[in-house]
Amino acid sequence: MKKTVLQSKGINKYFKDPVLSQVLKDIHFSVDQGEFVAVTGKSGCGKSTLLYILSTMDTDYEGDLWIDGDPMRGKTESELARIRNEKIGFVFQFHYLLTEFSVLKNVMLPGLKLKKFSEAEIEHRAMERLKTLGIEALALKKANQLSGGEKQRVAIARALINDPIIIMGDEPTGNLDKKNSDIVFDIFKQLCEEFKQTLLIVTHDQSFAENTHRIIEMEDGRIISN
Amino acid sequence: MNLKLIADIAKSLLLARWRQSLVAAIGVTFSITMFIALLGFMNGLNDLLDGLVLNRTAHVRLFNEIKPNPHQPINLSSEFKGGHNFIQSIKSSGSRLEIYNSAAIIKAVKADPRVLGIAPKITAPVLYNAGTIDITGVVNGIDVMVESALFFFKDYVREGDPLDLKNVSNSIILGKGVAEKLLAEIGDVVQVTTSKGDRLPLKVVGIFQSGIADYDKVQSYASIATTQKLLGKPNNYITDIQIKLKDLQQAPAVAKEYAQLFQTDAEDIQTANSQFETGSFVRTLISYAVGIVLLIVAGFGIYNILNMMIYEKMDTIAILKATGFSGSDVRKIFLGIALTIGLLGGLLGLLFGFSLSLIIDQIPFNTAALPTIKTYPVNYNPKFYIIGIVFSLVTTYFAGFFPARKASKVDPVIIIRGK
Repeated sequence: MKKTVLQSKGINKYFKDPVLSQVLKDIHFSVDQGEFVAVTGKSGCGKSTLLYILSTMDTDYEGDLWIDGDPMRGKTESELARIRNEKIGFVFQFHYLLTEFSVLKNVMLPGLKLKKFSEAEIEHRAMERLKTLGIEALALKKANQLSGGEKQRVAIARALINDPIIIMGDEPTGNLDKKNSDIVFDIFKQLCEEFKQTLLIVTHDQSFAENTHRIIEMEDGRIISN
Repeated sequence: MNLKLIADIAKSLLLARWRQSLVAAIGVTFSITMFIALLGFMNGLNDLLDGLVLNRTAHVRLFNEIKPNPHQPINLSSEFKGGHNFIQSIKSSGSRLEIYNSAAIIKAVKADPRVLGIAPKITAPVLYNAGTIDITGVVNGIDVMVESALFFFKDYVREGDPLDLKNVSNSIILGKGVAEKLLAEIGDVVQVTTSKGDRLPLKVVGIFQSGIADYDKVQSYASIATTQKLLGKPNNYITDIQIKLKDLQQAPAVAKEYAQLFQTDAEDIQTANSQFETGSFVRTLISYAVGIVLLIVAGFGIYNILNMMIYEKMDTIAILKATGFSGSDVRKIFLGIALTIGLLGGLLGLLFGFSLSLIIDQIPFNTAALPTIKTYPVNYNPKFYIIGIVFSLVTTYFAGFFPARKASKVDPVIIIRGK
């Protein structure tokens, strides 16, 4: 029996502006450790909205959510920030690196925030992750000197720094060309197979989704196939 | 806990827009510089103007006014005790100018812990004789040592040695105006006649300039013994006792108490020179007001720049939050930026303000009214510097508070979705 890292039960979400509309309807699913899950669906089906709820950034919903067996209901803003810091790694469609810092520092920042290790140790771990992703040579460059594919790999390294129990991605290949998309996909695959990393990736790229272990398909705010 | 990390991020954001940060800091620097220079200069001037009068005025003066005697003989008569007596054509009596029992009074006052020092004085109205002309004037009999210690007498003697007043018998220090009228110089002998008609030749040992021309046209100084000799009075004759207190503010109370205790008239400095305190209070108020307005303007500058920075750094704030920084971390980062600008700008402002004060202190300022002043006066009271730095921090804190709160409330979902 595998451990469940993420579980949702009866999640409903409404947008109140401009008119009341329900974007998520009774979402009920769970993700086990080591799974590589893709969430697909047409644009506007609510998959990104779901991801933001699962990532604890959006707290305005009905229903229950457990991360690592821990209920998210009733947690304060700073407790949720701590959970995002410690247990969740993010990869967005855009890289969202901080241009004020070097690549290495960008990767280190969530680690420095968590303070589980000393600064030297965090730097070492950041270099290790950059090496795994094959971009250790870029460590001292500024974030805005990198190409799109390189930036996305740095963002993945940053997501990995605190050994999260799950990595969430919001269209991580949506802004990349075919070659870079493949590189990013291969990295995810490698993380899943070699490091037993749990991944939950929202994508509308069918070829990307088909190569994952499990596809959750959404339509009009419901899960239609799981 | 994470202060180092927060400081690190704040520093990076600050340096990423270093030109803007510099402009904000310069705003603070400018205000603090002006604040310090203005207050230093204003207060220097205040001290000077106050000193002009206050330095030379006793805090409490004991004397006997020329006035009708309140104890008329009829009131002492037992026959008329029951009724209310109307007496007409009473004349003032001038016979009691002398303070009786002055030695005992001086001893009692000296023992009072509130009293800093005490200087006896005799005022003698005289005529200076120059050929056929008589010039009215006043000779003040003083103790030079005490007078110098308490009322800075030495500072106002322009020529000659004030100590000669004590060392040379029958000597006088003339006011500048008097000396000009008499064509007298040091070493000359002037004739002085009292109101009773006694005449005494006195040797000029110095020229005195107070800065108040009318005063210098009338006043001159001699030792107490010389004045007593001039008036033909015994050596316990004193007409004034000047008292300097440790705390100026106590003067009215002390004056009231002494008047009752010693049965003399007593005048406090506040009554004698009330307009000076009002003047210096208003001047101080104006300089503080201008300084604080400057700082508030600088505060708005910081507010604007931080607000702009937050709009520019929305993505950064969103990603910091998404990767686990809480709202309070973000708020601390932006408050840190504001306070850094305030502290650096403020410290530089103190430095520039001090330099500007030093420069003002070197500008020549010669005026006949103020013989001891050669350059513009500046007050270097550390109080202004402390107020300056505290106020710069307080202003920048408030200027940073609202933008920082706004930043802490940025919703990462909206920013990330918006792309």
